[in-house]
Amino acid sequence: MMRKGRFFKWFIGFFLVFLYAPAVLLPVFAFNASSIVSFPLSGFTIEWFLVLFDTETLHVAARNSLLIAVITSVFSTLLAVLAARASTRFSFFGRRSIMGFVMLPMVLPEIIIGVSLLVVIIQMGFELSLWSIIMGHILICTPFCIAILSSAFMNLDKSLEEASFDLGQTRWNTFWLVIFPLVMPGIVASLLIAFTISLDEFIIAFFLAGTEPTLPVYIWGQLRFPAKLPSLMALGTVLLIISIGLLLIADYFRRRGIRKTGIENTGGFL
Amino acid sequence: MVEFQKWRKSESAQGLFLISPTLGFALLLLAVPLIMVVALSFWTQDYLTLDRTFTTANYQAAWTEPMYQYLMARSLKISIFVTASTVFLAYPVAYFISFYVAPKRKAMWIFLITIPFWTSYLMRIFLWKVILGYNGVINGSLTGLGIINEPLSFILYNQNAVVLTLAHAWIPFAILPIFVALERVDRSLIEAAEDLGDSALRRFFRVTLPLSMPGVIAATIIVFIPTIGDYVTPRLVGGPNGLMISNMIELQFKKANNAPLGSALAISAMGIVTFFALAFLWLNRKYVRGPS
Amino acid sequence: MTHPIIRLSGLDKFYGEFQALSQINLDIETGEFFSLLGPSGCGKTTLLRAIAGFETLSSGSLHIDGNSMEGVPANIRPTNMVFQSYAIFPHMSVAENIAYGLKARKLPKAEINASVAEAINMVGLEGFDDRASHALSGGQRQRVALARALVLKPRVLLLDEPLSALDKKLREQMQSELRRLQRAVGITFVLVTHDQEEALTMSDRIAVMFDGKIEQVASPQILYGKPSTRKVASFIGLMNFLDAKVLASSGKNVEVEVQSLGKLTLTLDQATGGLDGCNSVGVRPEMLTILMGSQTSEREVEAEVTEVSYYGDMTYYDVKLPSKQDPITVTMRNTAGREVLEVGAKARIGWSTSSLLLLK
Repeated sequence: MMRKGRFFKWFIGFFLVFLYAPAVLLPVFAFNASSIVSFPLSGFTIEWFLVLFDTETLHVAARNSLLIAVITSVFSTLLAVLAARASTRFSFFGRRSIMGFVMLPMVLPEIIIGVSLLVVIIQMGFELSLWSIIMGHILICTPFCIAILSSAFMNLDKSLEEASFDLGQTRWNTFWLVIFPLVMPGIVASLLIAFTISLDEFIIAFFLAGTEPTLPVYIWGQLRFPAKLPSLMALGTVLLIISIGLLLIADYFRRRGIRKTGIENTGGFL
Repeated sequence: MVEFQKWRKSESAQGLFLISPTLGFALLLLAVPLIMVVALSFWTQDYLTLDRTFTTANYQAAWTEPMYQYLMARSLKISIFVTASTVFLAYPVAYFISFYVAPKRKAMWIFLITIPFWTSYLMRIFLWKVILGYNGVINGSLTGLGIINEPLSFILYNQNAVVLTLAHAWIPFAILPIFVALERVDRSLIEAAEDLGDSALRRFFRVTLPLSMPGVIAATIIVFIPTIGDYVTPRLVGGPNGLMISNMIELQFKKANNAPLGSALAISAMGIVTFFALAFLWLNRKYVRGPS
Repeated sequence: MTHPIIRLSGLDKFYGEFQALSQINLDIETGEFFSLLGPSGCGKTTLLRAIAGFETLSSGSLHIDGNSMEGVPANIRPTNMVFQSYAIFPHMSVAENIAYGLKARKLPKAEINASVAEAINMVGLEGFDDRASHALSGGQRQRVALARALVLKPRVLLLDEPLSALDKKLREQMQSELRRLQRAVGITFVLVTHDQEEALTMSDRIAVMFDGKIEQVASPQILYGKPSTRKVASFIGLMNFLDAKVLASSGKNVEVEVQSLGKLTLTLDQATGGLDGCNSVGVRPEMLTILMGSQTSEREVEAEVTEVSYYGDMTYYDVKLPSKQDPITVTMRNTAGREVLEVGAKARIGWSTSSLLLLK
């Protein structure tokens, strides 16, 4: 038993080094004074963060990405609330295959989704715009939101709804007074997850971006220029902090939801 | 009419009504586009116009021209390597969290494993290039320590680098389903196996592993299918010999302006992946007895 | 006053092909404590939910207080329910939970507060008003559920296995408290339970259900003492059965040939479910006596002890009668001077003809 435990310790240690290598190096290079992204390190600077403030094209891309991420998170959460409620509360004809189909973008390679949306937009004669990216992002975010919201709706005791109805409330009020407050943490978590996924998504945006780039498309364009790399590291660090912040908030709300519905917290993240 | 009125109030109708916006959206933006891609793959691009007569020429090209064959085989090979290494790496990690970590700490460990995943996708892949590069972290430290004189060249701009980078990207997605499956394994079954005289190793292979197979299968599918479509990793760390089929698909859709051929390549790649995934599931059902 | 508060007639409920309730005819009187008793899956909860308005009827009619409930949704029926899981709203305090239904009626705030305070007193939760509901024990949750329903002064309170989640001691305490509460408020209670002891101790009347049908409706004493069928007799308490054959009946007397006991003359009212099809005789274990020394009884039969289970105050004996394969059970109170017999001992079993029931 002792030997096995030691093997695991070493293994997990190596694994964590492997897992965290890029995430740790990102801020290291972001604060490195050299304009070349490589070792040995040459000193501490915040110059690369300051560069971000002066890059106009970056600001445009960031604004586009924020707009897309906000709209995506709202609509994918809305669609996911409907799907999660339907699949956890009602049994209807073809439920399993319908849910399977709606969840399909979760395993489909993103390039397939990007290509197929591109084909439709071109064949239909539409212009590529931020809206085409939003559509693609809603499609890939909805399954993740459904996964989160399904567990929120599933944890909801059906007799709570019946009790509210039995005590004289209407179905509509029951939804707002009982169901909504109890799944609210799940909805917040879903909004944040969709926002984070959309903000970071590259392939679909790469295929569907017309003249307006998103943040990842901007980064992709800049990766070719070695001189831009240190400031990209700074940008990546900022994005990493935002993502982790959002995820911590999402997880906080998920836990609160679990506490509220009075169920033992056993699950992990996502 | 009365029948319809009755049905309208039924559970089935309410459920379908509720899910219809989501389903409608998925039909419009997933099913219709996929059908159009299939249609396009049987047409021909003639500079700016599209010839809509049915032809299988795109598929003939996709399946017979050596360049596409190479790319397809290479993509498949890389996907299989990535899937195998990811699942083999993920299983001990999931096992560690499920069996060795105190129940209160499990959620924290899972969170710990998902954090690096939220580093910007592009930056993460790019950083592997920095780590593996000629003057990169690994070569820098190894030469600095005097272990090697010449920088190692086999670690960047080739398929090894692609496999390593992709495995890193997908590992959380493989750990999670295996962890969930391991959590569901009734601990008393393992104790029963011990009580009946099985050694630790036999216990693992006769009880724990078969019972956690659903998680392994889910992890395999979740990693295998999207991996074949990865575009960024081969472009950044693959070098000329590490390119994959999606780079060719993008080329056809954009620079080469041959969307029909690109569609045929995309459909073929999906077909191959689906075939392998189904074959894998079938073999599993046939030879591995999981929990019913 | 004399009309039944709930009248069910010819009620059927199908789930697809499966018939959950079949031809339920039942009157529940105003102000009584009524129980629906049966094994799990017998349809008792479905029946309760049909009264509450959560299940639609496939056919038949349901009247509450003389009004047909067809098309009347649960939120306007004059019934309230205590759920098996209690269904306490987890995001509300005790007082908010109890005020929930009053707020739905849009009553003035002062009136709501007064009613809530009164209800909290009634169930003994003084000082718990602002307690978060997830910080309550099982017994406290049950009280909140009761107060929340009773504060609306329903015509009928429906209780779906309300005690099944509590441990034995608390359950017994809540049984008497529920009974006391029902007498105090005078509201008709309809309780669903699978626990026969619970039904017997609490109810004015009990309906015993099997497979979607009502088998017998009666007071606890009649249900235990004069069950109308063998099914009811074996579900409620212990009952020994002996094969029997009706030979003849004249006037009030019935001639029967009973396994191991021989030819007997019983009265017609001992055939509680009617004489037709009677093929066995039932006798409760406590109606039999193991005779000691010179003790005598109206009737006696020789037997051999095959199993002894000692419970402290009581001893349960399995004894084998001549010409009967399976042993029957005799329970004896361990009073002073009575010795506990051992397996294999010969025993004289005392019994009387009046304690026998003729059943089908």
